[in-house]
Amino acid sequence: MELMRLIVAVTFGVLGGWLFSFFGRSVPTRLGSAIVGALLMGVTMGFAPREWMAYLLTPTITACMYAILTLGLNIQWGLTGLFNIGVAAFFAVGAFTSALITKPMPTGLAAEYIKQLFGLNLPFLAGALGAAAICAVIALPIGLLTLRLREDYLAIATIGIAESLKLVFQNERWLANGPQPLPGIPKPLICLVDDPPCAWLPGFVKELLAPLDSRDYSAILLVLLVLSLMGIFWLLQRVTQSPWGRVLRAIREDEGAAAMCGKNVFAFKLQAFVLGACVMGVGGALFTASVSTIDFGLFHPMNYTFMIWVMLMAGGSGNHKGAVFGAFAIWAIWTGTTFLSDALVPFQFKTQVFYVRYLLVGVLLIAILLFRPQGILPEEKGQS
Amino acid sequence: MSNEVLLEVRDLVKDFGGLRAVNKCSLSVKRGTITGLIGPNGAGKTTLFNLITGFYKPDSGRVIFRGEDITGLPPHRVFHKGLCRTFQIPREFKQMTVLENLMLVPAGQRGENLFYSWFLPRLVRLQEAEIREKALAVLEFVNLIHLKDEYAGNLSGGQKKLLELARTLMADPEMVLLDEPGAGINPTLMKQLVANIERLCYERGITFFLIEHDMNLVMNLCNPVIVMSNGEKLAEGTPQEIQRDKRVLEAYLGSQYRAVMTE
Repeated sequence: MELMRLIVAVTFGVLGGWLFSFFGRSVPTRLGSAIVGALLMGVTMGFAPREWMAYLLTPTITACMYAILTLGLNIQWGLTGLFNIGVAAFFAVGAFTSALITKPMPTGLAAEYIKQLFGLNLPFLAGALGAAAICAVIALPIGLLTLRLREDYLAIATIGIAESLKLVFQNERWLANGPQPLPGIPKPLICLVDDPPCAWLPGFVKELLAPLDSRDYSAILLVLLVLSLMGIFWLLQRVTQSPWGRVLRAIREDEGAAAMCGKNVFAFKLQAFVLGACVMGVGGALFTASVSTIDFGLFHPMNYTFMIWVMLMAGGSGNHKGAVFGAFAIWAIWTGTTFLSDALVPFQFKTQVFYVRYLLVGVLLIAILLFRPQGILPEEKGQS
Repeated sequence: MSNEVLLEVRDLVKDFGGLRAVNKCSLSVKRGTITGLIGPNGAGKTTLFNLITGFYKPDSGRVIFRGEDITGLPPHRVFHKGLCRTFQIPREFKQMTVLENLMLVPAGQRGENLFYSWFLPRLVRLQEAEIREKALAVLEFVNLIHLKDEYAGNLSGGQKKLLELARTLMADPEMVLLDEPGAGINPTLMKQLVANIERLCYERGITFFLIEHDMNLVMNLCNPVIVMSNGEKLAEGTPQEIQRDKRVLEAYLGSQYRAVMTE
């Protein structure tokens, strides 16, 4: 088996096992479920025709990124009850920050066309951490100003701030090329598929990776996204099941009673808001990993705020497993309907199909809220 | 019973628009007592509790607890001074288990700090084990131990009242304000509640200040009893004195009963 297929099959196996392990109440059923999932996804990817594999890779990478955004929102809404509908803004801030940190300052003729505040040419890890840090710096004053608002007013405030931030990226050319796209964002770990591979790798790894060529880069990206998602999930799960998460859930249930239990409600809300924003920022950084050019128009609230909300509500608000699963499920439906529309809709309606899908997502959200408000994987009982 | 004043309220005023809910109310609660607060509906009792515990900021006046001015402190800071309360309508954390409801309360939990939860989980686990032990003991005390893994939202009204009492016990408070602890509780549970409050007062030295409409409970449990009417203190005394006080009966029943009483 060629190396790229092996990497993809193993990663899909891990991902499938992990996702399936969410289902089942006892350890043996979870384990069984995980084995089934791992085999199903691993074997499918191991033996599928090459073009299928290529076709499944990109949506899976995107789904991982969506799952990270959904985890960020789950900290804010699912645990703490903060009605943030400005997800797209933190996503955009993360993406632009990471882009500026990882790409070099344009020189020569390009400098005439590409304006950017700075270009540090640092590795992707610095970009992701920087994205989280800048998101925290931006979320902090927003939180200080808005978190005393009741939840519906908080929603209005966050969407307003999100739109304003988007306009900043649209108009301020000096910041990140304003209305023009910001091109040339380096791909993280691209050197793994170069010939010869990255200089910093030990010799035997270089030999191991030698068969990969630049067409196989999406496999590297898949591994990066899956590992990032699992890592973030683990970090968040850990604090959610700690007394910190317990306080957040108490605040969600009854702010006044939580205050009367001696908890500084505002401080905890602020922490949850900032941590959620950091996670969304890392999501943005990972988004830049899969595209080489970004511009303000990509960060539309339809795709990166409301879609995230649908994913969280469908998956199970308050449960990180639900958040991840919801992201994969809704994204599968979303990309799946592209096929359907190609197959089923007469060609003169092709242009409308785009909007029909939004309509379908809306209907799906209403159906979830009516028939299964707790989501596919409801919050687990007695976590802490 | 000492004569030390634990909680003192001086000339407290609270207006809601044109309505003066608490009108220059002054009263004090002595350490080690179970002090009752009674009065007709709308007398300002719950508003007074909200002013003491920082849910409302008074328009004027002072709240002094253990000799310290706590006027206008936010609720969580009032809690850390050693003053806890329960609510008239129970405010349990519905989507959390009974045990979690209690484990939330203790102050100084390391795991409430993100840094500890991420990097020093062993310390957090050790403390969690202690808190869990304590919570189980408190649940044993209020007879809710069989419901420890149930969602708090699924408890009956009376059980929620007990849960609220249990929550205050997790804090090791100096003083507990109970807002109608007996409302909606059946007689058996009520006996249990009374016994619990007395035990806590006599064995652990916790001072209770409670609003109650059930006169049997007040007369059996509380001494002294303070009566509020129209936002101010009307009378204070032993249950017997209060029962005989004409102004009190008038406030409750209206002046048409004056004739009946004087007979």
